[in-house]
Amino acid sequence: MKKKEKAKSQSQLGLILFRFKKNKLAYISVYVLILIALAILLAPLYMDYDKAIKQNISERFISPCWEHPFGTDLYGRDLLARVIYGGRISLFAGLAVILFSFIFGVIIGSISGYFGGWVDQILMRFIDIFMAVPTIFLAMAIVTALGATPVNLVIAFVICNIPSYSRIVRSSIMTLRNMEYVEAAKCCGTSNLRIILKHIIPNGIGPVIVTATISLGTAILSISSLGFLGLGIAPPTPEWGTLLADNRYYIRYYPYLGILPGVAIILTVMCVNFIGDGLRDALDPKMKK
Amino acid sequence: MALLEVKDLYVNYNTDEGVVHALNGLNFSIEKGECIGLVGETGAGKTTLALSITQLLPKHVGEIVQGSIVYDGNDVLAMNKREIQAMRGEKVSMIFQDPMDSLNPTKTVGHQLLEVLNLHFKELSRKEKQEKVDQMFRLVGIPAERQNEYPFQFSGGMKQRIGIAMALISRPELLIADEPTTALDVTIQAQILDLMRRLRDEFHSSMILITHDLGIVVDVCTKVAVIYCGQVIEFGTIEDVYARRNNHPYTEGLFKCIPDLKSDAKRLTPIKGYMADPANLPKGCKFSNRCDYKSTRCECEEPEFYETGTHGIKCFRFEGQQEK
Amino acid sequence: MALIETNHLKKYFKTKSGLLHAVDDVTLKIEKNETLGVVGESGCGKSTLGRVILGLLPATEGDVTYDGESIWTEKGKKKDFVYNEMQMIFQDPFSCLNPRLSIHDLIAEPMIVRKMVKDKKEMKQRVLELMDLVGLSERYVNAYPHELDGGRRQRVGIARALALNPKFIVCDEPVSALDVSIQAQILNLIMDLQDKKGLSYMFITHNLCVVKHISTNIMVMYMGQVVEYTSKEALFEKQLHPYSEALLSAIPLPELRKSRDRIVLKGEVSNPINPKPGCRFAPRCKYATEKCTSQEIPLIEVEKGRKVACALYM
Repeated sequence: MKKKEKAKSQSQLGLILFRFKKNKLAYISVYVLILIALAILLAPLYMDYDKAIKQNISERFISPCWEHPFGTDLYGRDLLARVIYGGRISLFAGLAVILFSFIFGVIIGSISGYFGGWVDQILMRFIDIFMAVPTIFLAMAIVTALGATPVNLVIAFVICNIPSYSRIVRSSIMTLRNMEYVEAAKCCGTSNLRIILKHIIPNGIGPVIVTATISLGTAILSISSLGFLGLGIAPPTPEWGTLLADNRYYIRYYPYLGILPGVAIILTVMCVNFIGDGLRDALDPKMKK
Repeated sequence: MALLEVKDLYVNYNTDEGVVHALNGLNFSIEKGECIGLVGETGAGKTTLALSITQLLPKHVGEIVQGSIVYDGNDVLAMNKREIQAMRGEKVSMIFQDPMDSLNPTKTVGHQLLEVLNLHFKELSRKEKQEKVDQMFRLVGIPAERQNEYPFQFSGGMKQRIGIAMALISRPELLIADEPTTALDVTIQAQILDLMRRLRDEFHSSMILITHDLGIVVDVCTKVAVIYCGQVIEFGTIEDVYARRNNHPYTEGLFKCIPDLKSDAKRLTPIKGYMADPANLPKGCKFSNRCDYKSTRCECEEPEFYETGTHGIKCFRFEGQQEK
Repeated sequence: MALIETNHLKKYFKTKSGLLHAVDDVTLKIEKNETLGVVGESGCGKSTLGRVILGLLPATEGDVTYDGESIWTEKGKKKDFVYNEMQMIFQDPFSCLNPRLSIHDLIAEPMIVRKMVKDKKEMKQRVLELMDLVGLSERYVNAYPHELDGGRRQRVGIARALALNPKFIVCDEPVSALDVSIQAQILNLIMDLQDKKGLSYMFITHNLCVVKHISTNIMVMYMGQVVEYTSKEALFEKQLHPYSEALLSAIPLPELRKSRDRIVLKGEVSNPINPKPGCRFAPRCKYATEKCTSQEIPLIEVEKGRKVACALYM
């Protein structure tokens, strides 16, 4: 009870943080994710990049041991180093993809959903064009045109993701724009921008956050699938998706080769999912769990 | 023997914010052929009572803590799933506030009525069933040829008529109508009430009419129970209660709240304050915080139900007034 | 000069099946400190009328004037003063408050938007004043709408409508979603505020009983048209239009009655899409004759200050 009182005197942001912290799983996930991110970012300080790319046939397929905690792969490269350096591309490119798709999706979706009419028609037909092309072809086309760098990869996948995000945002906003509080806001002459930012987006963002966090896994894997097709990150640069793909032939005899990079992906995706759930609940004042 | 007897019923909702005491020792019974109005405001526990009777309380959240519900001599709380389903379909029917709740939007209304018959009257031939459906449509005032249409093709009032037809086609012994006219316009409400009155006389089934409107009860029912904070605080025949000579302070307040067409008073006389928070109920009389007549006793002691003939009131003001 | 005036106001909506006459030829006048009760069933155009008067919807034909001045500029933009002078109280206390904002922010919002109060402390002061005015305890200032019950939420809605010190408020069924005991509280509050602040109201409702206390004049609408427009006293003494009569008689009153003397109308309201000439109520009216559907039935003054649109009084 006392805690609740304390919460009441805090600011909006404080309240959101307060509610977020109540969700233990999400709160822990934040720390885990930070830890993972730090480990990846600071990798050059404690680990040689050479270990991740330099082939050493004499040391191939060593099971996890003290020297190689994750073991080594077909070419005798240290798997731990490959996982850590692989994260530099996968994690950050994945996060960037969902972040930017989210931002653009929300902008396009809310404009289209709020104004309706011809604005909506034009935006949505445009979006339809993108939706009509299979994601992977679209991404391939974009990467081929721009060149296969990590930044261009992110751009390609953001463009591929925007349609579905804006569709989700649009539909939730179309129901919200007829709410009486939007009308009440119009009654005192609130500008459209303010209505969208203050009254509509905060109320309609829940499902998009969930979609965004769920799609991180997909984003990581699609980046690697481009690599697989020879368009993304070229070997020997390590990257989570390719780690899985390359090692899949040996999983039967050396299961750690598939399991350990898989765990890295799962752990990250789970953390982001939990954070997403926590965020959605924290943004909703009705949640009090 | 009473058709339905609810004794000392306590129902809690276990929510994230704590335990909400929806029903707090509610006593209620209905005889065969009787029509009782259940009046109370939002949160008084009217719907919870209906859901408890039909065993439709939300799982894990709603919990019957104490008390008994006996239907026609059978303990409802001890029934297994199949028995409850049989009871719900054949003996007890419900009419909902929003008729869309009870209609399947993807099937024609005639088909839906037939389905009820298929479930509960398997022995009838197809032709007999169809005849029954036609008859039911005529009864509620819908041309029988419209039965091949879908729910969305009907207006609100019409949908409620279909809802009533659905509830009545299995000839239930007990009909529970949960705010059947709240979503409708006044002139349509008048039509539906008219229909319900006619059906009551025709079917002789027992009916529980749940509403917040004292005016609706007097039109359809013979007895009335006023509910406040999960308890029946006044019970009596329509004449007992609507004579407005002896009333529970809450009922008295309710009467006064309704704009009187004859009086010229400039202001209305509302009941002050708000209903007690069901998660945090007062110790004594639940109405004491809003009552004009309260004494210190009301705040610490709960009054009993004092009965005079058919009329019972749960208030200390009527203590000792009952017949010896 | 009347505070609010409309002259042959029309609002049509284009639908797939034709032109929907939501508001058809409504002429009304609301004087200062007066309340006009607008009564009718769902779909009669009463809410649309309220929104057209507030400028939330543009009129198809006719104009709305506030204190003699049109609320629209010649280019079809709403004039700025409208926001400060005219406000609205909504029906649904659940959906009219943004669930993400605290009570303080909800009440402060109009003042921030109109840049009335800039200082934070002053704002807080002003919000508390408004809460006090509508009878909301100070401890709710940081609460969120879902923590309040319907009655308190409606008080928040009223406080917000009052934040800009308007002169005219459209109340769109402000009590119909509330419990009876709370209804009376809110109605009294609305009336008290009128006395204190000299407000004028347009009070929209489907329940004739509710406008009994609050109105000066009452306008009964049916399918977009005014069927009876008169002073409250005259209407409650005798309803001239058969629809007004049925509407009043349909209200279930908590009284013991011997005979069932209420009028039960047959049929239902249909949508006024491409309506035929003649009285729109005729299909449900027990007095209907051929005369009713063969010609337009104008709204005529039958007594001083009393207008009825019915063939019986032509």
